[in-house]
Parts: sequence; C-alpha cells; structure tokens
Amino acid sequence: MVKFLQRCYVYLIFVFLYMPIAVLMVYSFNDSRSRGTWGGFTLRWYVELFQDRTIMTSLYYTLLIGVSASLIATIIGTVAALGIHNSRGWKKKLVMNVTYIPVLNPDIVTAISLMILFVFARVRLGFVTLLLAHITFNIPYVILSVLPKLRQLNKHLYEAALDLGATPGQAFWKVIIPEIMPGIVTGMLLAFTLSIDDFVVSFFTTGSGVSTLSITAYSMARRGINPKINALSTIMFVFVLVLLVIVNIRQEREHKKGRGGKNGSKRQDRGYSSEFGDSQFGSEWV
Amino acid sequence: MILSLVLSGCKQDKPTLHVYNWGDYIDESILEEFEKEMGIKVVYDTFATNEDMYVKIKSGGSSYDIIFPSDYMLTRMREEDMLEKIDLDKIPNHKYLESRFMGTEFDPNNEYSLPYMWGTMGILYNTTMVDDKVDSWDILWDPKYAKEILMLDSQRDSIGAALLKLGYSLNTLDPQELTEAGNLLKQQKPLVLAYVVDEGKDKMVAGEAALALTWSGEAAYAREENEDLAYAIPKEGTNIWFDVMAIPKGAKNKDGALKFMDFLHRPDISLRNAEYTGYATPNSAAKVMLPEEVRNDLGSYPEEEDLVNAEVFVNLGRTLKEYDRIWTEVKAH
Amino acid sequence: MRKSSAMVPYLIWMALFIVIPLLLVVYYAFTVTTPEGTTWSFENFTRFFEPIYLRVLWRSLALALISTLICLLLGYPVAMIMAGNAFSRKNVIMLLFVVPMWMNFLLRTYAWLAILERNGFLNVLLSSLSLPRLNILYTNAAVILGMVYNFLPFMVLPIYSVLSKIDKGVVEAAGDLGANSVKVFTRVIFPLSLPGVVSGITMVFMPALTTFVISRLLGGGQFTLIGNLIEQQFLVVGDWGFGSAISMVMIILILLSMAIMSFFEDEDKEATLW
Repeated sequence: MVKFLQRCYVYLIFVFLYMPIAVLMVYSFNDSRSRGTWGGFTLRWYVELFQDRTIMTSLYYTLLIGVSASLIATIIGTVAALGIHNSRGWKKKLVMNVTYIPVLNPDIVTAISLMILFVFARVRLGFVTLLLAHITFNIPYVILSVLPKLRQLNKHLYEAALDLGATPGQAFWKVIIPEIMPGIVTGMLLAFTLSIDDFVVSFFTTGSGVSTLSITAYSMARRGINPKINALSTIMFVFVLVLLVIVNIRQEREHKKGRGGKNGSKRQDRGYSSEFGDSQFGSEWV
Repeated sequence: MILSLVLSGCKQDKPTLHVYNWGDYIDESILEEFEKEMGIKVVYDTFATNEDMYVKIKSGGSSYDIIFPSDYMLTRMREEDMLEKIDLDKIPNHKYLESRFMGTEFDPNNEYSLPYMWGTMGILYNTTMVDDKVDSWDILWDPKYAKEILMLDSQRDSIGAALLKLGYSLNTLDPQELTEAGNLLKQQKPLVLAYVVDEGKDKMVAGEAALALTWSGEAAYAREENEDLAYAIPKEGTNIWFDVMAIPKGAKNKDGALKFMDFLHRPDISLRNAEYTGYATPNSAAKVMLPEEVRNDLGSYPEEEDLVNAEVFVNLGRTLKEYDRIWTEVKAH
Repeated sequence: MRKSSAMVPYLIWMALFIVIPLLLVVYYAFTVTTPEGTTWSFENFTRFFEPIYLRVLWRSLALALISTLICLLLGYPVAMIMAGNAFSRKNVIMLLFVVPMWMNFLLRTYAWLAILERNGFLNVLLSSLSLPRLNILYTNAAVILGMVYNFLPFMVLPIYSVLSKIDKGVVEAAGDLGANSVKVFTRVIFPLSLPGVVSGITMVFMPALTTFVISRLLGGGQFTLIGNLIEQQFLVVGDWGFGSAISMVMIILILLSMAIMSFFEDEDKEATLW
C-alpha cells in the first residue's frame, strides 16, 4: 500500500514534468506554423526537418558539445572535488566560493565576460571557445554533486583497503570511486542537461559556422519558432525513450540468464543501500 | 548525412561568405542557389535580437561578411565606426529598390546599407472582440478592454506608443515628455494582460487577447493564421522600421558580400524571400510580382499617405538610460 | 587521496575562466564611461541602492526562495521514494527526471503558455470536468511554477545520490532501538542527507534568482526581476558598469549568507558525522 502511494506520487511528478513535452509533441503534428491554431494533422515538419541544413548542423554541434563538455567537466570536477574534500580551512572556503560563481552569476554576465576574455586572448571564437565555456559552467555542478558523496564516505574505508594490502591506486579505483559513483553520474547528467539547454553563454562564445540547437531556436523566436524544432524534439525524445527500453530489456534478459549477478543480488537489498552506480549507465548512455 | 555536412565544412577550396541574419529570415534554398551560381560557399548563422548581434560584432571576435541589423542599430554601428562603406555600383540591382526607401535618415546616402525588409508598428486586433474603430493609440488605454491588451516588453516600442499618443516624437530627448509617457504607461498597466515579446503573435492567433501593440511583419504572420485578426496603423503616427544589409568592419570577403546583396535584390530572388518570410519587400520589381491580395494588403503595404507621420527610430545614445529608468519604474509600479 | 593537490588542474582552470572574467566584472562595476573617458567611481553601486532597484531585488529574492522551498518539499519525497524499494529500475527513473530538460527550454516554456492560457489545455480540461477555471498565467504563481518545473531535477538528483548510499544498517539499528519512523527520519535519515540537500538548494536557488526568460514569458513581463534588470543593462542599455555592479552585489550578498550558514553547519557536521 505504501509502495503504491509512493509510486503514485512519483507518477504525479512525472505528469507535471512531461505535460509540456506532450504539448510540444502535439504541436509537431500541427499543420500550422502558429501554436495558436490547430491546422490539422501533418507530417511535413518531419520531412522538412531533414532537409534543413541549419537545424541538422546545430543538432550535430549540440550533441558533440554536450557529450564532450560533460565528460571533461566530470573528470576535472571529480578530481577537484577530491581535492576540495581533503583541504581544510580558508583554502577550502575560498575554492568553494569561487566554485559558486558560475552558478551564481547570471548567464549574461558569464557569457559576456568569457567572450571578452577569449577575444582578448586572441582565441578565435568557435568550437574551442564554446567547449571551454561549457566546461566552465558545468564543473561546479559536478563538484556540487560529488562533494556530498565524499562527505558521506566512511573515512576509514580507504585505510582499511590499504591495511588489507591494496595499493593506493587499487584502493582509490576499487573502493573510493565505486562509492562516489552515484554522485559522479548525477553530476555528469546535470552537466549534459545544462549544456544542451544553454542559450546565452553559447551564443556569445561561439563563432561563425558553429551553432547549437538553442541558438537556432531562440533566433527563430521573432519570426515564430518553426515547428521543425518541435519535430526534432519529438524525435530526440522518442529516441531516448526507445534506448532506455532496449537497455532495460537487455538487462532483464541478462538477469534472467543468471549472468547479471550484481544486478540480481541487489534485488534483495531493501531500503537505502541499493545502488546504481555500477550499471552500464556511465559508459553507454551519457 | 551529418558527417557529410561536417566534411563539406572542412573543404577550403572555395571562397567563403559568412552571413549573420535573424533566425528563419530567408528562404534557405536561396543560399544554395547563390553558392551554385557564384561559386562562393555560404556559412550562415543566426541571431535573436539586434542587441545580441551588436555585442557579438563589437567584441571583434567574430568574422562576418554581411549582417542584417535594424535601422537604429545601423545608426549606432555607423556612429561607432563598425561598418564598411558599400559600393552601389557593384550592386546594380539596387535600381529595383523603391526610391522612398533609399537615403532614409539612418543612412542618408546609402553609404553603408541597403534595405532588406521594412514595416510599421501598429495595433493588431481581433475583430470579433473589438467593436470600435481602431485608428488611434487611445484604444490601448480604453478601460473597456481591461486585461485584453498586450503591450511589448520593449522599452523603445512601448514608450514610443505612449509618446505618439501624446503627440510627441518617438525619438524625443525631452525628460518632461518622457516622464509624461512614463506616467501614461503606469496608468495603463492595470489594463494590460501582459508585456510580451515574441510569443504575442501566437497569443493573438489563439484569441487570448483583443488588442496588441505589434510590428507589421508579426501581424502578417498572425493574420495568415487567424482570419479574425486585423492590423491598423494609428492616425497619430507610427514607427517605420527597416531591416537592412550591411558589411561589418574587417569583413574578409567584401566582394562576396556585395554580390550577396545584389543577389538578394534580383527581382525573382527578392520575390521568393518576400513570399517565404511574409514581410514587406522594398524591392518594387518583386512587389509587382506578388499575388494581388498580398500586394494590395494595406497592413503590409500601407498607402504612402498613411506614412507621412511615420518616424524611424534613431539611436538615442546616453538618453537610452532615461528610457530604461522609466521602463523599470513602469514595470516595478 | 589524502592530498589536496588533486585540486591543481581545477585551480588553474578556475583562475583562467572564472577569476579573470570576474576581475573584468569588477573592473566594469567600478568604472563609469562617459564620452570624456573612463573613470573610477562608486556611482554604479550607489545607484543600485535606490528604492526602485531594491524593490526589484526584494521581489527576486522572495520568488527564488519560495521556488527553492517548493522544490525541496516536492523533491525530497521523490528522492526518498527513488532511493527506497518502490521502483526496481532506479537508473531509469532518474534518467526520466532529466530527459524533459533535454528538450529546448524555450519550447517547453511556450508549451506552458499553451497549457496555462485562458483557453489553454488546463482550462479546457477543467471545464470539461465542470471544475472552476484557473487563471494563473501572468501572475507570481506562474513564475514560481516555471521555476519549480525547470529546477526540480537539480534538487532531486543530489539528494537522491546521497540517500541511495545511506547505510541501511544505521536505519535498521535506529528502528531496532525503538525509534518510530518519524524519529528515524528526523534523527537519522534527514541529518545524513543534509549534504545533498545543501547542494540541491544551492543549485536551485542561485539560478532561480537570476533567471529572466521565465519571468518574462510566464510572468508576462509585468515585474522586472534582477535577472531581467541585468540582462537589460548588458544588452539593451549597454550600461555594462551598472549591470556588473548589480551582479557583484548579488554575488557578495549570497556568498556572505552562505559563509554564515557554513559557519554553523561545519561545526556540528564535524561533530555528528565524523
């Protein structure tokens, strides 16, 4: 019963989160440019989408930037979080405060100050500057996701591993990393999400020929956002969903064959100890 | 497909033209045609507002050969020495441009720019919801339409409408006149449903409001989607605006930019663009080829006598801060 | 692992891409440019402390605070349920939380307009159920809704990742010792999840304070928020000095309040956790 209520609550939140997505999908079949009227059912936006070279290049750069920026930010951010966790006193406070700045600064301030920096340093605005900017605003989110896990970590775990004969490297990779994995994955997911969604910083730090979906969509606003973007969103959404289902079915099958031992044993866990960090998550989806 | 796009981006054998335009403001097949005919590769990027574009160009970090600012932004960029002069001799098709759109205040001798599209500011209204004759800015202050009015979340335009209603110039620098306009807008605030930007046209299409302060290009889009909508230019006067083509300082392919301008004003190309965007073209040869109902539509192509009171926005320089203060006060009211 | 030298690459990164740009902001904030030239001045700061701008600041703080609180109230139970055993596919559920955010932000916000409008989806639904219509578009409520919608995952995920690793032995032990479930929660689970909660609050509150698109679209531009004000200075007015000064004041205000908070937090953290 409690489980049932719990599920209902989460499903309700999902309704809230997915309501606009449903609306957006409906509009992708609307035979009218405006979202104000329903002009009948059509698939023409889906056809035109693939002939639109502006949208297709933006999609390419959006994914490329999203994946590389979140990966690099996750690596730098995780290492940084380890360092921050092990430092003390004013040093730690100073680093933390500076870390908050990209989160705290309005996008437009971050965007323009980075742009001026790049121009001043004579770095040609383009893919590289866009990537650097994205990594910069992603790192704090990774740190903020990993740090809580480190605070939660049992201090003696690492020492115990050493006592049991592990090398420092082994202790780190086999003990510490798996423990903080959920935080790392969370951080990477948030970083990827921010990258994909950002408009302001991207706009000011990119150069000629390199455009993201956000830039393309925002710049269409004056003339009415073309429903082709709706169509693209729908495809992306369905794609992710299908991918989720496939990965799930595969895991299920492995589990049944009895080879998915680590997944299987987890089932018996009750409550708060279940984990997901060792799933294929990190390597395959993000 | 994506791969081929990237690969084609790497080839550097052809000269390249970097174009910076508003989003979805050109029939993209025209770009391909230009590439084929001229042997110039086009790299096409888009921006969302004049201000975004300005900051980007000003920074000096981007390398565009041709840009599409609006009138007041052109003035500003010209005054800040950010533009290259253009050579009209290299743009023979400029002869098709209507003479009344040449040598306008923001560029008296067309030394820096040629118009791309033009339009007016006016009132878009829903004929099923408004019974009165719409011919004056006063209707936007009529309590009868409380919470049915959409204003623009744009300092120059909304303050401009108030100034016009008061009989002042859109470009006034007089603090007294500006204060009056500000008070008028504060008075109006309880009647306003929302201060909108780009989403206003869709709201009008959906019948969510009765009256909206709008630009003619957006009005054309909205009227196409909803037959009940009509557009009027108030008798007190209006703002006439232009989106123009210009070459930023330091452009690497000036020649290509001039060719591009000329190409866009070839009558058949200009016609296609006007049809695709739905905006009014300043190209007379293209205009006569438009379908009759478009050409004679007074919303997009008003009679010349309706435009005698029309003013172009000029760059206000530091007085813009005064506009900003008034606008913030109206919003915080 | 014991060494703080792991920070070095990050420190270099920060110096280059955070500190130097920040110095630029400071420079703009303390200078005024007139046709005669650039001079050092406090003018940008004194201007900000005029009543009209303080009102803007106050309203932004209030809205961001309410949104953060709602995110916490809605999000914490979600994180707990996800960490519990109601769902077997936790990673899928977690991913489902962020997938909506991968769709374009502007489109999602426009979709909310279509839902909340007078004749929007919500009201059509309500009136077909013969329920009273709801007109919340262009009110504070709509702005808060927009913020909660956009920032909820940033609250749920960090809390979840912390909760998912809490040692179930501790929870069970507390139960065995006779604590009822309320007590287990307030005395054991919640304190242990605090680091995640703090992260979540940071990641929601700060962006909520400076967003400007949500307030413009869902609030109908009726009130200026601090984010709008800053954006306006940088883009429309071209007064980078004033814009920089506002964002500096905000940064200082928030870092100060966080310093005060962490002062208390750190002391009992060291005592209770380790």
